[in-house]
Amino acid sequence: MESIESIRPFLAVLVSLAAAGAVLRFDHEPNQREAISIVAGIVKFLIVISMAPAVLAGETFHYTLFTFVPGLDIAFRVDPLGLFFATVASFLWIVTSCYSIGYMRTAKEKNQTRYFSCFAVSVSSALAIAFSANLLTLFIFYEILSFSTFPLVAHKGNQTAFEGAKKYMIYLFGTSKTFFLAALILTYNVAGTLDFAKGGLFNGQGSPLMLTVIYVLFIAGIAKAGIMPFHAWLPAAMVAPTPVSALLHAVAVVKVGVFSVLRVIFHVFGVDLMASLNLGMPTAFFVSFTIIMASIYALTRDNLKARLAYSTVSQLSYIILGAALLTPNSMTGSVMHIANHAFSKITLFFCAGSIYVATHKINISELNGIGRKMPWTMTAFAIGTLSMIGVPPAAGFITKWYLALGSIEANQIPILFVLLSSTVLNAAYFVPIVYKAFFHQPVAVAADAEGNYGIHHDDIKEAPYFVVVPLVFTAAMSLIIGLFPSYFMALTQGVIQ
Amino acid sequence: MLSTLGEIFAVDQLGFPVLSYTIFIPLLAAVLLVFLKEERQIKQVALMATVFSFLLSTLLLLFFKEGTPDMQFVERLSWIAPLGITYHVGVDGVSVLLVVLTTFLSVLTLLFSWKGINQYFKEYVICLLVLETTVIGVFCALDLFLFFLLWEIMLLPMYFLIKTWGGARRNYASLKFVLYTLLGSVMMLVGFVILYLNHQTVTGTYSFDFLDLLKAPLSRTTQMWVFTLLFFGFAFKVPMFPFHTWLPDAHVEAPTTGSVLLAGVLLKMGTYGFVRFSLPLLPEASVYFVPLMSILGVIGIVYGALLALAQDDIKKLIAYSSISHLGFVILGIFALNAQGIQGGIIQMINHGISTSGLFFIVGFLYNRRHTREISEYGGLAKQVPILAGFYLIISLSSLAFPGTNGFVGELLILIGAMKSNWQIASPAFIGVLLAGAYLLWLYQRTMMGELNNPKNKKLVDLDRIEIGICTALVVVILWMGIYPFPFLRMMDGSVGFITDRMTSAQKMAEGHQPNDTIAMQTTPDSIEK
Repeated sequence: MESIESIRPFLAVLVSLAAAGAVLRFDHEPNQREAISIVAGIVKFLIVISMAPAVLAGETFHYTLFTFVPGLDIAFRVDPLGLFFATVASFLWIVTSCYSIGYMRTAKEKNQTRYFSCFAVSVSSALAIAFSANLLTLFIFYEILSFSTFPLVAHKGNQTAFEGAKKYMIYLFGTSKTFFLAALILTYNVAGTLDFAKGGLFNGQGSPLMLTVIYVLFIAGIAKAGIMPFHAWLPAAMVAPTPVSALLHAVAVVKVGVFSVLRVIFHVFGVDLMASLNLGMPTAFFVSFTIIMASIYALTRDNLKARLAYSTVSQLSYIILGAALLTPNSMTGSVMHIANHAFSKITLFFCAGSIYVATHKINISELNGIGRKMPWTMTAFAIGTLSMIGVPPAAGFITKWYLALGSIEANQIPILFVLLSSTVLNAAYFVPIVYKAFFHQPVAVAADAEGNYGIHHDDIKEAPYFVVVPLVFTAAMSLIIGLFPSYFMALTQGVIQ
Repeated sequence: MLSTLGEIFAVDQLGFPVLSYTIFIPLLAAVLLVFLKEERQIKQVALMATVFSFLLSTLLLLFFKEGTPDMQFVERLSWIAPLGITYHVGVDGVSVLLVVLTTFLSVLTLLFSWKGINQYFKEYVICLLVLETTVIGVFCALDLFLFFLLWEIMLLPMYFLIKTWGGARRNYASLKFVLYTLLGSVMMLVGFVILYLNHQTVTGTYSFDFLDLLKAPLSRTTQMWVFTLLFFGFAFKVPMFPFHTWLPDAHVEAPTTGSVLLAGVLLKMGTYGFVRFSLPLLPEASVYFVPLMSILGVIGIVYGALLALAQDDIKKLIAYSSISHLGFVILGIFALNAQGIQGGIIQMINHGISTSGLFFIVGFLYNRRHTREISEYGGLAKQVPILAGFYLIISLSSLAFPGTNGFVGELLILIGAMKSNWQIASPAFIGVLLAGAYLLWLYQRTMMGELNNPKNKKLVDLDRIEIGICTALVVVILWMGIYPFPFLRMMDGSVGFITDRMTSAQKMAEGHQPNDTIAMQTTPDSIEK
């Protein structure tokens, strides 16, 4: 495999960082400000995608920025796994930027400049994580991502927002600064390097006990992956404006978590070492618990975003489950699900935001009959749920198919049952929403605490174009990548081989 | 070559005695100030002196030769010849950054004093300048007698700073500070004298010279005794748990500049003493005491952090955080490997920058509101956004956020300590976690939320001088946080020299020859290749 020395990965990271600065500069000119975001998003995506042909041909890009401390560099490297995640994140940043314009302006949110600049920094960090060549670089940007998303979560500035943001910080900082950092340091002391390598970086060093301890510390330290019991930050972070929840908590932040776990499994430990240490199956069963429990939590939530949040917790664990089963098919399903879940879940969040800006409704029980007033939104929502449940031809089907194959391949019938029951649960908490929205009569709206009735059902209109077009687009995308998965599939094969 | 070390007389990269200028210019200015009356003139002279001293010290960085453990910019003059006492100064990778830190912080503290000192302004500035001279001298001194002399003189200006311009309990705090330090330094002196006499026994000549002492072999038993004696001297100064009780009192009662210099440079004298003297001069004893020192370091880390969580007074909180941070320094130094010692040294600088920064921030608030109670504040970010912004960056540096200098030190220390003994070092991660907790919680309680206290509604944001101080700190924080390699490279030679001595001492210890006299043959030239 050839390695190409190229500044492109660094440029891709830098573009949105520069955009963050430019956004601050145009504080009082919203149109220019948002234009910058979108242009930067497009440039970023083009840089990322320009590396695809070479990576698909089996090459990697490499760029060492500088030596941080003796023996440890800040370095970027583009391999299939990194490019996979970077493609998804940078592409969806463009879509989310458009959506944000519609959402933030319609909902008349304050501090939009801070919002757009923090957003750009977050996307930079996510890309830097995708392109990290070693654990140290990954860790640094992991922390910067936590920090730059804090103002986004606390955006509303009221008590609830601060409480949510505090929980977010405590979970993410607390776990990473103790467990993740400890795992990183132990890895360095055992292996003498932190550079990701195909088949793992340990090269036979370290006692099985030590390696197991390191692995457990990694899993506990990467709370962004939302594995129970370190998942509670995710529902708490739903106080953020919906586009934040959409991009960060369905794509960038949580996917950084699972991406980091995949990096640990594939490129720190390596599949062979994972198998010989018998770490795969315990992980699989551990996350199976998250899959089922989070789905049950989701069933009980009436707040639409909270239900989506728990659904995310559950779906993230699919990705880890697939990797932990350590069979080619399950790993295919795992990596593919990064994209499948991203496109489908962002659609669902976009829809939740669309309903909010159009009607100010946040609870599922209030959505009766809304489908006929907001047909585009609710159709997109329906497509998203089909993908989540895993109905062909939506993208989620591919995941479930490969995961099921993988669990049979690994001779783990209990895991197959986990997948099946989770599918049933997915259907149970998603289908009623769609059904009610299209087929139930609207109920009379009760007055809220201040005596307002909200918007009358007859006055509900579809949300503005800037909101609706992106969500229809992502819904379409989750069908398209279900039908034509070849690009992502090719990258996935690059990860596994 | 062994002989070169001893033979260096006033060999200086720059052709003029740059260290002596750096050390004595503040003192000269202090003498000059005695004859001045007008406040404006006092300020001008003092500022010129500190800035000049700072610029001279930056020459040290520019002309520093990397990769060698030799002392640089050395000056050596015979002083009290019959007793073998010399005026011998020089810097190496361990001390050069500390010298620059001292001159840097001196400029900032003087700028901070531009207003707010209402009485005895002249005497106050004289104290600051004398303090600067002694502290730079301590970091440059290569003669143990000179070191001790400056170490003791340093107490005077600090004592007066707390006693004259301090808070309500200043008498108690200043006396406690002096007594504790004196108690330790008496023992340190005994330790130095034992080294001095040993040198006479072995070589026939008296010498307090560090480089001479380095070559004099020392029996294992003597090393143990000397280490213990020096330990008390340095541990009181650091301060290490359980000798730390003077620190919160001194910090709380001291004026802001006193706190800044105390936290920024004075505390480093103790940890510096360990790296400069204990490790190279007493390698076997150092190896022997590693478990004890590491455990005390870890206790300091966790204990300081827990106490910091429980404080209502901002300054006390920062004082306890210092104990925790210096525990990290001790833990790193006594990892006895390259990463640990480098981390320890860089953490001294980091702590100097970030904790001074925090004390400056408290000083800004105190000058405006005259209270340090956390509950008096809250929601200030809306009222004083610039202050809040700087405060946030400095807090992040203090809690070792990646991208700030604190992370570099913490990472290296933890790598080093976990490598040398992970069983002892693991609890340090609790300290890492708690550092985030108490600093962010403090930030939340003072800066975030609603601005409820009506007294805070009239707060004015930072003025230009104050912004200048903060900007200078933030530049250093980010520079050292993002690209620390040049700083680490400067230490390489000296750290390599120390670790080599440690490795050979460790081998001796494993060789089961507990009572043999062992000549330390490791010399700098063995690393040069």
